[in-house]
Amino acid sequence: MAEIEFKLNGAPVAVKAGDDEPLLYVLRNQLGASSVRFGCGLEQCGCCVVLVDGAKAYACTLPAVSVADKLVETVEGLARPDGRPGPIQQAFLDEQAGQCGYCLSGMLMATKALLAANPTPSRADIVEALDDQLCRCGAHARIVKAVARAAGAST
Amino acid sequence: MIRHELTPSLKSNPRLNRWIAFLPDRTVRIATGKVEIGQGIRTALRQIAAEELDIPLTRVWIASGDTEIGPDEMYTTSSLSVSVSGASIRLVAAEAKRLLVERTARRLNCAAADVTVVDGSFFEAEETTGLDYWSVAPDIDWTVKASGRAELKPVKDYRIVGRETPREDLPAKVRGKGFLHDATPDGALHVRALRQPNPSAKLERLDEAAIVKAGGGAVEIVRRGDFVALVSANEWAVEKAAATAPARAEWSGLLDLPPEAETAAWLRGQPAVETVYGDGRPEVAATGETVEVTVSRPYIAHASIGPSAALARYDADAATLEIVSHGQGMHPLRRNLALALEINEASIHCRHADGPGCYGHNGADDAALDAAIVAMARPGQWVRSQWRREEEFGFEPVGPAMLVTARATVGADGRPKDWTTDIWSPVHVQRPGAPGVVMLAAQALRPLPPWGPPQDPPPERGYGGARNAFPLYDVGPTHIRHHMTERAPVRTSALRGLGALPNVFAIESLIDELAVKAGVDPMAYRLTLLGKVPRAQAVIERVAEISGWAARDAGGAGEGLGLAFAQYKNVAAYAAVVVKVTVAESVRLDGVWAVADAGLAVNPNGVRNQLEGGCVQGASWALKEAVKLDAGGIASRDWDSYPILKFSEIPDIVAEIIDCPDEPTLGVGECTVGPTAAAIGNAVAHALGRRIHDMPLTRDRVMATLLADEAG
Repeated sequence: MAEIEFKLNGAPVAVKAGDDEPLLYVLRNQLGASSVRFGCGLEQCGCCVVLVDGAKAYACTLPAVSVADKLVETVEGLARPDGRPGPIQQAFLDEQAGQCGYCLSGMLMATKALLAANPTPSRADIVEALDDQLCRCGAHARIVKAVARAAGAST
Repeated sequence: MIRHELTPSLKSNPRLNRWIAFLPDRTVRIATGKVEIGQGIRTALRQIAAEELDIPLTRVWIASGDTEIGPDEMYTTSSLSVSVSGASIRLVAAEAKRLLVERTARRLNCAAADVTVVDGSFFEAEETTGLDYWSVAPDIDWTVKASGRAELKPVKDYRIVGRETPREDLPAKVRGKGFLHDATPDGALHVRALRQPNPSAKLERLDEAAIVKAGGGAVEIVRRGDFVALVSANEWAVEKAAATAPARAEWSGLLDLPPEAETAAWLRGQPAVETVYGDGRPEVAATGETVEVTVSRPYIAHASIGPSAALARYDADAATLEIVSHGQGMHPLRRNLALALEINEASIHCRHADGPGCYGHNGADDAALDAAIVAMARPGQWVRSQWRREEEFGFEPVGPAMLVTARATVGADGRPKDWTTDIWSPVHVQRPGAPGVVMLAAQALRPLPPWGPPQDPPPERGYGGARNAFPLYDVGPTHIRHHMTERAPVRTSALRGLGALPNVFAIESLIDELAVKAGVDPMAYRLTLLGKVPRAQAVIERVAEISGWAARDAGGAGEGLGLAFAQYKNVAAYAAVVVKVTVAESVRLDGVWAVADAGLAVNPNGVRNQLEGGCVQGASWALKEAVKLDAGGIASRDWDSYPILKFSEIPDIVAEIIDCPDEPTLGVGECTVGPTAAAIGNAVAHALGRRIHDMPLTRDRVMATLLADEAG
């Protein structure tokens, strides 16, 4: 077991984790970040995507010990300070961009990473940024529109 | 016209209190047996109830899938949720309103016609009365049976139904909440199963010490018969133990499947249950030239994005079992759990929580039994089972492979004079309770019940392998021969549309071939065969208009435009789809246009969302998906070996509804799936000048077709 300190959505946290324990289990089971969803455990579907120091990371395989002293961001940190949905979340709601919604956590965080790097993405940029995120219900076209809307809203 | 007759759901759950309750907080609880599986059902049902009760949406909430309070509506399947549960709720709400108005009129000593309702409050001749739904409701006996005879609100007065309404569940879901998977009770035990490789396999040896060691010592093993579960309060420990467990088990009685068993072609010649439908015999067929196509689809997976999970808790003192599941039907789940666990059905409470999209019968119910078995071995504790990714792919029931031959005799006028279809397919629905069918873990608890012939849904429930096998076109006498394979190499069960996709693919391929032969544009040719079905003509004409069909060229140069049409189950929504493709080495989708007529569209945005999703899933099946088998069963157990369509492969989709508010609501969940796949087949044929008959239409098949062209 290792003791790890890091920042989760801006707030300092301290946890104990197995030496090889993926970040996903620590976030879900110790820190209440239920948005970080298990999909495959293989870095193939993107359901578990979080940001570590601003970069996309697969929480299902990333050892928790590797985020020591870093900033981890999840969907729980996307809302506005007053509790209303943040701009990316609101764009997804405005486009009704989801069916079952299980993949949306990863989509939202991948969108955040994209817009931080490229505030005015083209359709091709959006598709490239989301191409490793799987959606099984077929909400893709709406999700692309939602990301474009979020980009418009944040500029 | 909105139908007035009692629905099947109301006939089997007639008492009003199974459906509606007026609660002290001035809300109305509407109960339904149908559950949310990504289709926005709670939102649509809420609209229907609020509309009929004349109250705002905010006063209505939906209690979905609860065996204690809700009706038994079997499973959430076949695009029936709005058309059946919605129709039931409309009748119940109208009847509730009538009973409340009549009771109020008696209390006020006035005529019912003088009582009006505003936001649930009663007015007499525009004067407040101090009475409302909630104050009058306790005076009414809600155990009475629905008559279905209350007057329904005229469609022209609708203010909520037919309006774009945001999904009520999405706000939680963009906050990372709302799923069964998101709520793990404090102190819950995490469960992973060691799956019996196949139903007849016997566990000969299990190195329990090695498994416990792999879990860091923090794992216990629960065994019952040949069912093995690994249990721990630490999820990572149990996950590690589960990863190593298959290698620590020795089984006898394993499968030894031949390599060709994974193909649809293998089905022809297998022992089969033979059924013949239709109105013509081949020996009385018209004379003339025949045109024939044979198409195939392999086994395909539900491939839910999230693995199946469930919660269970057993109270040993009360002998009650509490289950939280994302399965498609809580009442059937309760019956099946009672059978598997050999306990009293009344002692089980099943309630639904949202899960990842399932598109049919996947592992959701089986995960509930896994949790229940462990819960009974660990009374008093919440138990949370979750399948591993390889388990979800390897052990869920799969959608059957199908081989379909369609043949028409062509008259001198270029029109078909008769139509014959042969369908080879394993059974499409194997819910527990069917002959010889039990829940997955139950196969490991005790010997299987006697095998019985497989049973597809009967005609009145839309068939299985023969779903959509009957052309809606005027094709003369039809003759449908269904060869239902007695034993499939792997477990098969319901997947979105059942046999509709391969059957629509076959019909629409043949219709296109007939049009080419007749020298007529495929869109115009279809219209001539649909003269008796104006709603079908309307969706085809509209999709042609928005997709630029008129500019379609002769094809053959690598770019293609294809059209296909079907009315799902020949009774649900009408859908026509056009796709534009570029075929180089592989097939690229450049555009998708879908138009549907679903009668009264309760939530148009939700309908379009379903149409779009059906297009993407249909395209994914047609272009990419195939379950791979090896000697032991399903071999494709991750997203690399079972690829699905990705963002870079999906163009913008234009989905439109032809609104027919005076027609009954028709289910839309599955209507675009078959037409999209078939339109892709037709577009590829247009692009290449040659047809690819076997799905998926992969790069290998395109190359083989191009090479055959060069050789020919």
